[in-house]
Amino acid sequence: MSKKKNTNKLPNSLKPVAGNGLLDRRLFLQKGLTFTALTTAATVAPSVIAKASEGSEKQAEIDPIRPPWMRQPGKPFSFYGVPSPYEDKVVRLPSANSVLQGNGASWSPLHQLEGTITPNGLHFERHHNGVPQIDPEHHKLLIHGLVEKELFFSIDDLMRYPRRSQTCFIECGGNSNSSWNKNASKSPLGYSHGLVSCSNWTGIPLSTLLSEVGVRKKARWLIAEGADAFAMNMSIPLEKAMDDAMLALFQNGERLRPENGYPMRLLVPGWEGVLNVKWVRRIELSDQPVMARNETSKYTELLPSGKSRMFTLEMDAKSLITSPVSSTFIPEPGLFQITGLAWSGRGKVKKVEVSADNGETWAEAALDGPIIPKAFTRFRMPWRWDGKPAYLKSRVTDETGYVQPERDELVANRGRHGYFHYNAIMTLAVEEDGFVTHVYKAEDDKNSGNLGIDADW
Amino acid sequence: MYIKQKMIKILAISVLMLIGSVVATEDQQFSIPEGPQLGQPATAEEVAALSINVFSDGRGLPEGSGSVVQGASIYQSKCIVCHGAGGLGGSAEPLAGAKMGLTGEWPEKTIGTLWPYATTLFDFTRRSMPMTAPGSLNNDEVYAVTAYLLYLNGIVDKNLVLNKETLMQVKMPNVDGFINIYEQKKQKNK
Ligand code: HEC
Repeated sequence: MSKKKNTNKLPNSLKPVAGNGLLDRRLFLQKGLTFTALTTAATVAPSVIAKASEGSEKQAEIDPIRPPWMRQPGKPFSFYGVPSPYEDKVVRLPSANSVLQGNGASWSPLHQLEGTITPNGLHFERHHNGVPQIDPEHHKLLIHGLVEKELFFSIDDLMRYPRRSQTCFIECGGNSNSSWNKNASKSPLGYSHGLVSCSNWTGIPLSTLLSEVGVRKKARWLIAEGADAFAMNMSIPLEKAMDDAMLALFQNGERLRPENGYPMRLLVPGWEGVLNVKWVRRIELSDQPVMARNETSKYTELLPSGKSRMFTLEMDAKSLITSPVSSTFIPEPGLFQITGLAWSGRGKVKKVEVSADNGETWAEAALDGPIIPKAFTRFRMPWRWDGKPAYLKSRVTDETGYVQPERDELVANRGRHGYFHYNAIMTLAVEEDGFVTHVYKAEDDKNSGNLGIDADW
Repeated sequence: MYIKQKMIKILAISVLMLIGSVVATEDQQFSIPEGPQLGQPATAEEVAALSINVFSDGRGLPEGSGSVVQGASIYQSKCIVCHGAGGLGGSAEPLAGAKMGLTGEWPEKTIGTLWPYATTLFDFTRRSMPMTAPGSLNNDEVYAVTAYLLYLNGIVDKNLVLNKETLMQVKMPNVDGFINIYEQKKQKNK
């Protein structure tokens, strides 16, 4: 990990593809280049480095030739594996109502994760009134209303239905909402943009169940209801339900976690998280939406005119740089990999561009395949930081041609009080000393703004 | 692109040999894997007992009634602890007392300024409130506390007795304040 080596090894023939040190994405294909992983390097704050050298005596006791864990048998097998104790800082960040512990959200640590699949224990949470511990023997799904047959489905019965798997993201409509604020949040990425996660879900296509009950001609909407203390209800267009929605029973290969809807939840790919009703127990077919509290008072976006957008439903394309991370240091100039996530509720990510000079020039990033519609896509960009101020941005274009907007454009169209559906390009300022901060504009005072964790969702 | 995706989907399904019926809605056709048809018939009583959706046209509103005055005392004993006196100043969100309306630098989104339908207030209160004992209010109590919250927002007067008829006469100030983005997109795609 000697950084000198990194810079020395840069082939002379390698020309930047955009301003401020962005290099050709094909660089990753070349052999013999060592990249410093920003996630690990950048999160080591100076205080931690100091501590590490204090403890170097202790380090010396560990024989590098035959360390202690090679001198004794390891731990036995386990029924259910847990992460290494050295990774105990990789956690969700709950932000809950002080009076009601189960009212609020917990943020997924996107800045500490790699790849595109969110581990089940780190999937973001949004609960209105806690996580119910549902006994599956006492949980049934009722489908009723504008149908030929009103039917109950037990879990045991549902386990006998044909299933399919689909990898897709779920993003809360309120994700990134602190970015509507006047000052840019300085929280590590996940703790201000981590109400989004991506899993491989397995379940029964809703269309299978809807064809069994026989949907009447007049039906246009499904009203789904959860079996938690909030008994939340939400309206979903029938068209979407018949298209790609499912009743999910498994998440990343195992049965759903309680906080993700055990024993079953709706999956409404690419649409607002709140529609993916957890703990679902009842679906009413209707000719109209119910006009629930969470589709009128909340999850609607107030415009400057005083009118509100309602039933926005689809999540627009968004990309975020997950490394480097705001409020951490890049240790020193050298060759780095900028990486991040991109997704779109409309389908596939077509391309992600990265800029290191505040959007003056852009270069296309490499995308890890396969690219799955309505799922996280990981992008990567080689970058040689020369130690001068830089402004990093990422911008996604999806397969429909939709381009992620700059913040100015989004705010000009929507104002700042819409609260939901924030998807603008994010800017990270890199200072000469390597300190990285989230800013809205290059000229923003990097020290202004919200240093705390955002309590809203 | 969209059509291609659909075709792939249909192909994938047919590979699984699960092709079942094809259901036609107004403007789309879907291929559907057929299930083993294990659903158990629900009786009308079972369905009625579980059906608590209240629609904006009044469908689902139950029998029963409650007055503003009765609602005030229910509010004092069951809601004030989180929502504050007069619907303001508690740990939970304000339920009344907006002074600013929905435009300007500090818009205030409350029942009186934002909510388009009074039916939503009944539906939500009955299913979700009070947070510490949801489902504990009977229909009369829900009518009463709904009446009181409408009164606090200056929408109805003190003498109102709310029931399924009078609730439908309540006109919320912001009923025309919404743009249905889903319908808009659908029209555009046609
Ligand atoms: C223990 C605290 C608590 C109590 C008691 C309580 N509420 Fe609430 N209430 C909340 C919280 C928290 C929310 C926000 C819920 C969420 O996260 O969506 C809320 C939301 C609401 C809303 C929706 C407001 C909006 O603008 O969307 C209404 C209406 C409401 N409560 C009515 C009542 C009524 C009526 C009672 C008494 C019968 C009551 N509440 C008792 C905590 C409480």
